[in-house]
Amino acid sequence: MTAGATGGWHVATVVGARPLTRSARELTLSVPGLEASSPGQHLDVRLTAPDGYQATRAYSLAATGQAERADLVVDRVPDGEVSPYLVDVARPGDLMEVRGPLGGYFVWRPGDPGPVLLVAGGSGVVPLLAMLRARRASSSRAPFRLVCSVRGPADAIGREEIDEPTPGVEVHWVFSRESPPGWPTRPRRVADDDLAAPGFTAADGPDVFVCGPTGFVEAAAALLTGLGHAPDRVRTERFGGA
Amino acid sequence: MDRPAHDAPLDGNAVAGLLGEAFAFETTLALVRCATCGRTDVVARARAHVSAMGAIVRCDGCDAVLLVVVERPDGTLVSTRGAAWLRAPRPADRPY
Ligand SMILES: Cc1cc2nc3c(=O)[nH]c(=O)nc-3n(C[C@H](O)[C@H](O)[C@H](O)COP(=O)(O)OP(=O)(O)OC[C@H]3O[C@@H](n4cnc5c(N)ncnc54)[C@H](O)[C@@H]3O)c2cc1C
Ligand SMILES: [Zn+2]
Repeated sequence: MTAGATGGWHVATVVGARPLTRSARELTLSVPGLEASSPGQHLDVRLTAPDGYQATRAYSLAATGQAERADLVVDRVPDGEVSPYLVDVARPGDLMEVRGPLGGYFVWRPGDPGPVLLVAGGSGVVPLLAMLRARRASSSRAPFRLVCSVRGPADAIGREEIDEPTPGVEVHWVFSRESPPGWPTRPRRVADDDLAAPGFTAADGPDVFVCGPTGFVEAAAALLTGLGHAPDRVRTERFGGA
Repeated sequence: MDRPAHDAPLDGNAVAGLLGEAFAFETTLALVRCATCGRTDVVARARAHVSAMGAIVRCDGCDAVLLVVVERPDGTLVSTRGAAWLRAPRPADRPY
């Protein structure tokens, strides 16, 4: 139907749904004709109401490398048009349309030697989780540091998997509203100390990927350039919102 | 109604799907030169405002409109009036 780079819309069937937190759910889609994706890419998801009204939103791929399958993690935006449906309503057998895999810029290539500094706010962890999974599944030894900012422990998407000990991968959690019991620091926002770690400073020249709500991304990117990271080494993926 | 246009901006990368309907190459890795201020960078690093109508891509330097993308039943329309030029990425720019 299209001569464009995307290959147009594919029909997707929900084949799995798994709650991850009180507001986030993993959805697995079966998508005949969908090419395998690269870590960091996203899909456009299009829903059509019975009256023909359509809404399209972008969702990152949480896992990559497998054709004809899409793993999404959607966090509910209260009063949102699309996310409450994907988190609370969609169930196996439901149909939607997807376009992708999309984007060549916010992508980590497993052949890159690193180091890689990943900075996530909330559901912004989703494309970074795809990068982490790709690194763990490959022979890459690129040093990874993942900084995850979440409101509280109950909001941390994929925490157990992310925390799995892996040589060369360090994970640093920042709790912004509520710290877990016994956690050494009080709730706070991401600051310079979270971002500047040995091996991942501006002098080490890491590739930096920052993802999350627009306000979080802009604040974190400003801290990073303040720490001396070259703006063109800091790749951002703004999810929208305030 | 779809998302209001005053919403916080996204990155040009978010418009990959829309632009991909109109161009046969990975547009977000294409270089675009702002006709207003001369800034030259990949489309992915511009600012994007996405709505039900399509998308407006603005220069990250001077906020001038670079590209307007409109989805219509007869096809996807891209106005490039604010861009001095757009250069398709070379194969080496492709990550996959
Ligand atoms: C490239 C890309 C990848 C994305 N990947 C993911 C992903 O993997 N998982 C995921 O959950 N979301 C992701 N998003 C965000 C997603 O596209 C939607 O914006 C989000 O689900 C809200 O859609 P909605 O229709 O529910 O809300 P809308 O009806 O669009 O918005 C309702 C209100 O919520 C605000 N709002 C919109 N988006 C957000 C947000 N992200 N955070 C806080 N407030 C918001 C709006 O300003 C508006 O006032 C991604 C966005 C982009 C651009
Ligand atoms: Zn400009």
